[in-house]
Amino acid sequence: MNTEQQTIIKNGLWTNNVALVQLLGLCPLLAVTSTFINGLGLGIATLITLVLSNTFVSIIRHWTRPEVRIPIFILIIASIVTAIELAMNAWFYELFLILGIFIPLIVTNCSILARAESFASRNPVFDSALDGFMMGMGFLLVLVLLGGLREIIGHGTLFSNAHLMFGPAANDFELSLLGDDYPGFLIAILPPGAFIGLGLLIAGKNSIERYRSKKVVLVSAPSKPAEASAAS
Amino acid sequence: MNIHKQVTTTALLLMLFATIGAAAVGFIYDHTYETIKQNERQALLDQLNNIVPASHYDNNLLEDSFKLAPDTLLGTTEPTAAYRAKKQGEPIAIIFPAIAPNGYNGSIHLLVGVYRDGTVAGVRVIRHRETPGLGDAIETSRSDWITHFAGKSLGRPPGKQWKVKRDGGQFDQFTGATITPRAVVKSVHSALLYFEANKKMLLKDEVVDEDVKDDKDIDTKDSHEEQKDTGSSSDTDESGS
Repeated sequence: MNTEQQTIIKNGLWTNNVALVQLLGLCPLLAVTSTFINGLGLGIATLITLVLSNTFVSIIRHWTRPEVRIPIFILIIASIVTAIELAMNAWFYELFLILGIFIPLIVTNCSILARAESFASRNPVFDSALDGFMMGMGFLLVLVLLGGLREIIGHGTLFSNAHLMFGPAANDFELSLLGDDYPGFLIAILPPGAFIGLGLLIAGKNSIERYRSKKVVLVSAPSKPAEASAAS
Repeated sequence: MNIHKQVTTTALLLMLFATIGAAAVGFIYDHTYETIKQNERQALLDQLNNIVPASHYDNNLLEDSFKLAPDTLLGTTEPTAAYRAKKQGEPIAIIFPAIAPNGYNGSIHLLVGVYRDGTVAGVRVIRHRETPGLGDAIETSRSDWITHFAGKSLGRPPGKQWKVKRDGGQFDQFTGATITPRAVVKSVHSALLYFEANKKMLLKDEVVDEDVKDDKDIDTKDSHEEQKDTGSSSDTDESGS
């Protein structure tokens, strides 16, 4: 794995995270993340879309013409999303009932077109697929984190409704983390809770980055030349 | 000359991709269509069986459906599908949709099952937008509140008691949410009144399906006005109670 691919991985998961840095695709992000499983469901659907659309766009990147590239990208993305919607409807019906209206909305998730246009249309197939996977993974992790946080705070449970995804065997996955008589904290489940939660996550990410950069400055301050040569 | 060629190539290119995309989607649609239909039927049947247990009837419930004209007692503004459960050819129960127009957050869509003798077989919520954690206790996954309708009828409890406890009736309200159960109780009561008034039509075997279909156009035209009427009348009811 060369440095370029490492950069792609780091970009998707952290530096250029779709949800926390680019702030794209917030509509489904905020609406769906009321539970861990809902977040996971939409996250996986978005991840698959990103990988497939990046791969296809990269494959056809030499055949398109600049004037019609955007319509072609949209066509590819829309076809993939429709296919995923049909597949979910057929094989994860109950989860589809919950996520249903947000699946078609993946088409309008700007991050997918953004990756197709700014990355996949200029890079080889493997790198593009990797970029799609990592960007999707970054989005999925935020969805799951936010969904999990809201579920714990709002209901006091984690992994409820897991059977929607993993079949009847997953009925016992549900954990009552805060005890059975936890009264619940309504605002965490309602839409405002999503905004507050996402805000806190972004703040958390920023403060981690600030802490890191401070550390780097402190360490590198006395012996600047050595540090610079090490970094390069 | 050159530009013509360019435009043609571009257009053909776009067409090529559109065709491939459409073909791919069509192929997947073709392969999932049966499963999706099956899922929808199974989900509906599960819901119906929650109301009238499968052991109580022996006909194909999904086949034995008929259209109900919109009715203010049901809160419906469009023709809806009702299902008739039969045992040895005798109708034993009817399952039909009802809409409670005055939930906390819009309409609550119910499925009400009534036995031949007018007692409630069961009530389930199909769709609602009540507050999570408060009003959503009408869902069976959150509480068993809605199952307490089973066995009730117009006379039991008497008409005046078909209310939540806060309004002097028999039914529990939820902590922090009275409007939701109030709306559901009222809607179930209306549904029973509807059943009583249309008993003959509902239980009869050879329902005049054709008539309903013929009247559909008129019904839908009227329904817009009816909708307004329902809205205003339910408002006054609410303030009066």
